[in-house]
Amino acid sequence: MDMTNVATEMTDAAPHLPSHGHSQAAGEPKFVTRGVTVHYGEKQALFGIDLDINTNEVTALIGPSGCGKSTYLRCLNRMNDTIPICRVGGSIELDGENILAKEVDVVHLRARVGMVFQKPNPFPKSIYENVCYGPRIHGIASGKDDLDEIVERSLERAGLWKEVKDRLMEPGTGLSGGQQQRLCIARAIAVDPEVILMDEPCSALDPIATAKIEELIDELRENYTIVIVTHSMQQAARVSQRTAFFHLGDLIEHGDTDQIFTKPKNEKTQDYITGRFG
Amino acid sequence: MSKDHIVKTFDDDLSLLDNKIAEMGGLAELQLSNAIDALLRPNAEKAERVILNDQRIDALEKEIDSFTVQLLALRQPMADDLRIIIAALKIASVLERIGDYAKNVAKRTIALSQSNNVGSATSTIARMGNVVQSMIKNVLDAYVSRDVEQALDVWERDEEVDQLHTSLFRELLTYMLEEPRNITACTHLLFIAKNVERIGDHATSIAEQVHFMVRGDMPDLKRPKGDQSSFTVVEAEEGDSPDAGSTA
Repeated sequence: MDMTNVATEMTDAAPHLPSHGHSQAAGEPKFVTRGVTVHYGEKQALFGIDLDINTNEVTALIGPSGCGKSTYLRCLNRMNDTIPICRVGGSIELDGENILAKEVDVVHLRARVGMVFQKPNPFPKSIYENVCYGPRIHGIASGKDDLDEIVERSLERAGLWKEVKDRLMEPGTGLSGGQQQRLCIARAIAVDPEVILMDEPCSALDPIATAKIEELIDELRENYTIVIVTHSMQQAARVSQRTAFFHLGDLIEHGDTDQIFTKPKNEKTQDYITGRFG
Repeated sequence: MSKDHIVKTFDDDLSLLDNKIAEMGGLAELQLSNAIDALLRPNAEKAERVILNDQRIDALEKEIDSFTVQLLALRQPMADDLRIIIAALKIASVLERIGDYAKNVAKRTIALSQSNNVGSATSTIARMGNVVQSMIKNVLDAYVSRDVEQALDVWERDEEVDQLHTSLFRELLTYMLEEPRNITACTHLLFIAKNVERIGDHATSIAEQVHFMVRGDMPDLKRPKGDQSSFTVVEAEEGDSPDAGSTA
């Protein structure tokens, strides 16, 4: 299935899907983050991160464990709010709007900025229910036909439709790991987000399932802005256009992916990506 | 190289790669010096040995080729590691070409040993050979010590070789105009001079690879071009030798 066609079809034929507006042109910053700090209680995890995330690009966040890359990722849809001792400072603008402001509806924010986690975590429900849950609670669909359509399109965009179309009522947990992860991606895109955050989405998958997700990421880039945290340097190199290297809570270097991996400017970046750390 | 890798065997592989390039470079340098020596003496036997020894350089190139492919596949290098391996791959193929040129010099030396000596051409070629040989030596030192400045020095010295080649070209044309019986020897000498000049060019391309390896890009200076032989015209003087006509 050609994803480009699906995408066009979707915009043309699905006027009922919510339009979030403020859409930026490709390459323009979607997120503008300045001086982002995070404290977990007394411990400071991020020390003032200045980073732009460009529209319709894949930005990879790399760095050793504990460098703050996942913490930063979780700031982008305020997932850190769920941790009581966590304080976030600085400014994070999504299409020019400060998402750290008190009046921001985080449920709405998370519909605009979806997330896929390291371990596939489908709900213990049917494949169909997994995908239609979001559109239903957000009131996106107006009837069963609408829901059917959203489920099919989301699964198609996630490259899973052909594999599951005859077993939509079977439990999502019965799928293989790679299929579960694509189901989670389908679930994330069912609410038509603008940004998808991925926290090591392939680390629990085998190479073939990983390749399918990577291929999917490249296709999704046309319609979504993607931020991915990965421990695999090769994966960052393969899927992203921009790469940001974090170390000990600081952003050390960010730039075009090919520059970072062939000619990094910072010695720490070079030491990390060539395996000379520590 | 900066710090050691966490995986120590990768460091071992990289230094093995360095050693292979150094060995191959040393051989290429020796081949050139023996070929020039065989030309000066002249010594057909020595020239034969140069021709035979080229196989060792070819074998080393194949070894380095497969080793670099293996490193790329197994280590999936990034940044400076990647550049080191790519540079080694390219330098090995340049050194192989240098070996071929030295072999060609030796072949023509054998042909020359059957004809008469012409003027001071061989000693000019020997001077070119000396410069080129030290260029190879210095550029390999620059490679081993990752010294960009030294590499750029080599790069600039190619101009001297080119100028020697241009003047030799002119000299040999004159000899040919003077005496058609010199043509066989002079033609071989022209080719020998061209071979040595090309070796100089190849030394500069190794210098560029050293620059790429260390800095991540090619030198953006304009390479000095001193070889004017392509534009050189030497004409017989009026009435000097009616049959010679003009030549370029």
